[in-house]
Amino acid sequence: MTNLKKMIDDSSEITLETGDEKVGNSPIPELVRMRAKNVNVFYESKQALFNVNLDIASHKVTALIGPSGCGKSTFLRCLNRMNDTIDTCKVEGDITLDDRDIYSRNVDVVELRARVGMVFQKPNPFPKSIYDNVAYGPRIHGLSANRQELDKIVDESLRRAGLLDEVSDRLGSPGTSLSGGQQQRLCIARAIAISPEVILMDEPCSALDPIATAKVEELIDELKEHYTIVIVTHNMQQAARVSQYTAFFHLGELVEFGHTEKIFTNPTKERTQDYITGRFG
Amino acid sequence: MTDIKRSNWQDSPATTKRIRRRYRAEKRFKAYGLTAILLALTMLGVLLVSIIDRGYPAFTSTKINIEIYFDEKLLDPQGSRKISNIQNSNYGAVLRKSLFATFPNVETKSDKKLLIKLLSRNAKYELRDKVLNNLDIIGSTQRVWLTAGTDVDLLHKGQNSQDIPESQRRLNNLQLSWINTLYAKESIKGVFNKDFFTNSDSREPEIAGIGGALVGSLFTLLITLLLAFPIGVATAIHLEEFAPKNRFTDFIEVNINNLAAVPSIVFGLLGLAIFIQVFHLPRSAPIVGGLTLMFMTLPVIIIATRSALAAVPPSIREAAYGVGASRVQVVSHHVLPLAIPGIMTGTIVGMARALGETAPLLMIGMVAFIVDMPGGPFDASTALPVQVFLWADSPERGFVEKTSAAIIVLLGFLIMMNALAIYLRNKFEVRW
Repeated sequence: MTNLKKMIDDSSEITLETGDEKVGNSPIPELVRMRAKNVNVFYESKQALFNVNLDIASHKVTALIGPSGCGKSTFLRCLNRMNDTIDTCKVEGDITLDDRDIYSRNVDVVELRARVGMVFQKPNPFPKSIYDNVAYGPRIHGLSANRQELDKIVDESLRRAGLLDEVSDRLGSPGTSLSGGQQQRLCIARAIAISPEVILMDEPCSALDPIATAKVEELIDELKEHYTIVIVTHNMQQAARVSQYTAFFHLGELVEFGHTEKIFTNPTKERTQDYITGRFG
Repeated sequence: MTDIKRSNWQDSPATTKRIRRRYRAEKRFKAYGLTAILLALTMLGVLLVSIIDRGYPAFTSTKINIEIYFDEKLLDPQGSRKISNIQNSNYGAVLRKSLFATFPNVETKSDKKLLIKLLSRNAKYELRDKVLNNLDIIGSTQRVWLTAGTDVDLLHKGQNSQDIPESQRRLNNLQLSWINTLYAKESIKGVFNKDFFTNSDSREPEIAGIGGALVGSLFTLLITLLLAFPIGVATAIHLEEFAPKNRFTDFIEVNINNLAAVPSIVFGLLGLAIFIQVFHLPRSAPIVGGLTLMFMTLPVIIIATRSALAAVPPSIREAAYGVGASRVQVVSHHVLPLAIPGIMTGTIVGMARALGETAPLLMIGMVAFIVDMPGGPFDASTALPVQVFLWADSPERGFVEKTSAAIIVLLGFLIMMNALAIYLRNKFEVRW
């Protein structure tokens, strides 16, 4: 981890150091954590994604924007193979995590999801205590040898999710008793408790009020120091606020990808321009 | 935009009329619903009142107090006081001698026969039990409460009036005079009939009980539960959580739903053909009854479990998958615990249906007249609803109240099971 951080601090060296051709071709200067190549997704006979090529930069926030039904959530769910749970969904193309094909036969999907965590649109804590919500992941993956270690993981996760101060005196009360914003931060704590490399967020603020949204956005900004974050959002201001890279999807195609600043100030494609100025979507 | 004219239709008299008509329609609709509920409640009330009214006398039995001389010459001529000698002694003779001593005026043989009929045919066995309980009473004279015959029993409960003409009465004038003598001595009383719950079936209505049928039902339901619950829940979990959705699973699903609609007597035929004719399991036994009722209960449990599993919100599954839980972990840690209340409710409702089922048990021979208490699931026995069926068929007047009483007990169990189902559902239901 510390090695990696050093590398990121000195990002100019990375393309040289890895010597990887793919990284060299990438439109982003940072280390590529996840890479999608020619990804096509089908629901039965209907194609939802067309030839998507996208690189996810390490320790940055990548925002996926676009109108409803454009395939951004579908793409997000390809990154941790959440689409596997849908029988009719078929994914074609290559998606790699640290240059390992995540759809290859010898990748264990459980292990993959332990590396690529997820936060959902609607806060979905388990109907268990706050403690058990956070401790569930570490427990099933055997990350702690004893109760003290588990306590430490839970405390640290809640602290990183900015929730510890609010709940430290009632870890035993049910997670569902928290407010919506707190529940969503609990879900973030649950996701980071198993220290994933990447966190996928599927419109994490769409069910929250503005104050809770601001808190979660602030949290996302802090979290990128430790994790690579991909966030789907409907809210373009949010994408502009929290992300460093933005990908614009439309009708199942990746229309444009680049630095957030560039996408929002000087997009190259007309469709992107139309969308961010509110002409459709 | 501005050239659209407001029509002011809201203020027109037609609108007022329409509103009034809507109110009337709503009132009518409410009245229909209320009428339907009242009608249903009335019918339920009539049913319950008639059954309870007819059945409650069966919970008391009539006893007659007779002074009995436990004659040593009859009971234990050798004076050995050995149980093996005493238990086969002539208790009938002891009873008759004491009875005739109580009514010294009865002399002819036919009158004596009539006198003996006042007591239950079981009375001599009651004497035997009393002696075997306490050998010291041999040789002494005791006042003993003995079970009355069914005619006296009915008379005491007011179901045989003394006023109807003698020719239409079960008890003639002479017998009535003896009974009135006994009443004068306060030697007839009604007591709580605990034998009704512990005895098995009998030809004598006054001593017939539902004990054997209760135990038979218990064994049957136990077998059904032990088989249907694990098989049904496992099937439902597999179909709902693991099986791929294809033609084969669709076919299975359709067939499970069809199975739930098959008339129960068909399951009885199936049980007869498979368990008795192929596997040669004993006839009339709870093991076969339980296996047969399992067929009937399985679809109920499977359907209830599937809907309970499907009712667990997908967000919980996603959350668990999202932190890297495997399929089995998602089901066993999250989905199943949340579905348990629904599964239990479905199971109890299925068991309640099995408890009340008669037709399939008739097919496998559980309709036999069985006097012994079943000691295990392989012994011949009846079940509660079959006992009701048997008694309802009996010509003796005394079985009328027994039939209703057995129905009361059956309904009591059904209400208890359904109440338990509702209680469990409310207690363990998770809300979020």
